[in-house]
Amino acid sequence: MSGFRDATRSGAPLEAPATAWPGGQAGAPPSGSAPISPQRQLRQRSPRTRRLADRAVRVFAWAAAWLGIAVLALILYAVVSRGLHAWSTDFFTRATPGDPMQTGGGMANAILGTVLITAFAAVLGIPLGLLAGIYLAEIGRGSRLATAVRIMANVLSGAPSIIVGIFAYALLVKPLGHYSGYAGGFALAVIMLPVMARTAEDMLVMVPNEMRESALALGAPRWKVTFGVVLRAARSGLVTGAVLALVRVSGETAPLLFTAFNSPFWTRGLGGPTANLTVTIYNFALSPYRNWQDLAWGAALLIVVAVLGVSVVARLLFARETER
Amino acid sequence: MSAIPSEAPNRPRGVATATPRGARRFADPLFHLTVRLAAASVAVLVVAIFIVLVLDARLSIRTFGLKFLWSDVWLPTNHQFGALSSIYGTLVSTAIAMAIATPLALVIALLLVELLHPAVSRVVGTAIELLAAVPSIIYGMWGLFVLAPFMGRHVEPWLSAHLGFIPVFSGPPLGIGMLTAGLILALMILPFITAVARDVLRMVPQVTKEAGYGMGSTTWEVTRKVSLRYGLQGIIGALFLGLGRALGETMAVAFVAGQLMQVKVGWFWNMNTITSTLANSFTEASDKLFLSVLIELGLILFAITVTIQLIAQVWLRRVGRSLGSER
Repeated sequence: MSGFRDATRSGAPLEAPATAWPGGQAGAPPSGSAPISPQRQLRQRSPRTRRLADRAVRVFAWAAAWLGIAVLALILYAVVSRGLHAWSTDFFTRATPGDPMQTGGGMANAILGTVLITAFAAVLGIPLGLLAGIYLAEIGRGSRLATAVRIMANVLSGAPSIIVGIFAYALLVKPLGHYSGYAGGFALAVIMLPVMARTAEDMLVMVPNEMRESALALGAPRWKVTFGVVLRAARSGLVTGAVLALVRVSGETAPLLFTAFNSPFWTRGLGGPTANLTVTIYNFALSPYRNWQDLAWGAALLIVVAVLGVSVVARLLFARETER
Repeated sequence: MSAIPSEAPNRPRGVATATPRGARRFADPLFHLTVRLAAASVAVLVVAIFIVLVLDARLSIRTFGLKFLWSDVWLPTNHQFGALSSIYGTLVSTAIAMAIATPLALVIALLLVELLHPAVSRVVGTAIELLAAVPSIIYGMWGLFVLAPFMGRHVEPWLSAHLGFIPVFSGPPLGIGMLTAGLILALMILPFITAVARDVLRMVPQVTKEAGYGMGSTTWEVTRKVSLRYGLQGIIGALFLGLGRALGETMAVAFVAGQLMQVKVGWFWNMNTITSTLANSFTEASDKLFLSVLIELGLILFAITVTIQLIAQVWLRRVGRSLGSER
């Protein structure tokens, strides 16, 4: 809108003398405080300069997009080329080497730990997020609480993940006196919760109102309408959203640093320090030992394949589902 | 009336089947209460995080007071701590990231909305979005093993040789430092800013743009003088979101920013940020005071990011309403 307002309100004749306003230097603008109207600004430059500027911006835009794609490709190349040769049967079957002098070893305990921690996060985060999403979409759509919760959900999902790690540390590690996989899962659940809530809301809102109305008209109570009709109609979107949220947190490192910590031992449960892929990558990559660094690249490849693979597949499946 | 069958043949399973009267009376209020509590838990968490951080930072706040914010002493063995170097490093790396990411994100958004065929646009857009899906630890590793050596061997020597008269391009060209950290951050926030900027540019009504083209404007002129002006507030909101991300990003920065608690003008220097200090020192914090100091650093970071997020949310909400978006 604002682009036009200037032109119409200033009321200046379109054929304003070109000398009256050359680049905004000589003399005051003719119509007092009115800003420069677009037409007059265009008049100043030759068509050639304008076309050149346009061409330059197009080239810059292409270059920027290629840069983004190139960085993605470079990262993938680095991870695949360095990670692939670390993949062996040992990598998937043996525990991390606790001693740098030890050769070989694998990531099996860390893989299992990450799976368990993420699963615990899913058990906490997905149902709660779904219920919050139901409130936002079904019960409190226009209410003040819903607005506040939406804002807070965005604030929480924008909060640094390492802060959530400190929060979990203060709640579950310091009072108990030891690191635990449960604390790590809790931290990941806190990160998942707002994402899940907003995604669930977006998916539920897309369900047409007629479906709710017809179920209500049949005499179904609200909870039955929600669980029997609305959730079922939005099922594929909800599953996609949950999977994406889960995959996203499975690649998180910062919240696990001082909660799940790390461990060179076999993962037997989440009660104590728990080996996990991301913190192991962090420790091993920054170590000076070649063997550890190789294992870190192998684990990095595993995470990239899992995260990017699942994101792409979930997107494609969901896109096909919604097209139908 | 009698034509209506008493038993609906295709009744959806689980819907409107008979429910006992008593259950019906309590089920719905219970359902309302449950979902309301679940929703409120999101807001409660934000407040709870704030309270917990304040409680655990009390020792440090009491010991150092406000001086903590501008003291650059960091001697854990002498129990002397100051946050200046961490805050400075956070601000410098974020500023570098924003300066690089903003123009790139805007032109990519322009490309996606105005210049590309929709099918191509979707592919390019997905590729850019995938940049956001790469876990930050991967960026950190890549930064440490690939980007930092490249920066140290080629980019930083070139910069100090040709632009060395600008004070920021100085320091030991080892690749680990503020410039590399800022660059990695720029790549990480690029997809976030691009996504919002793209949505904002899409909201500009077609007729508004066509009017600009009708007057003989080029694509760039329409974008600069019509679309960007129309969507200016939305773009500002997008930048705030990117800013919040860059401030709080941890793992990528922990790999490449460095660990030295110092304040230097040159961007090649090994420095630290709030997040990298937390990641690197938290588990090694030997005494109560050190731990409390680190939690106060976290509190400072949380306060900054929450403020920025709140401003961005409220701002974007208002813009969305004035542009006629639904929610």
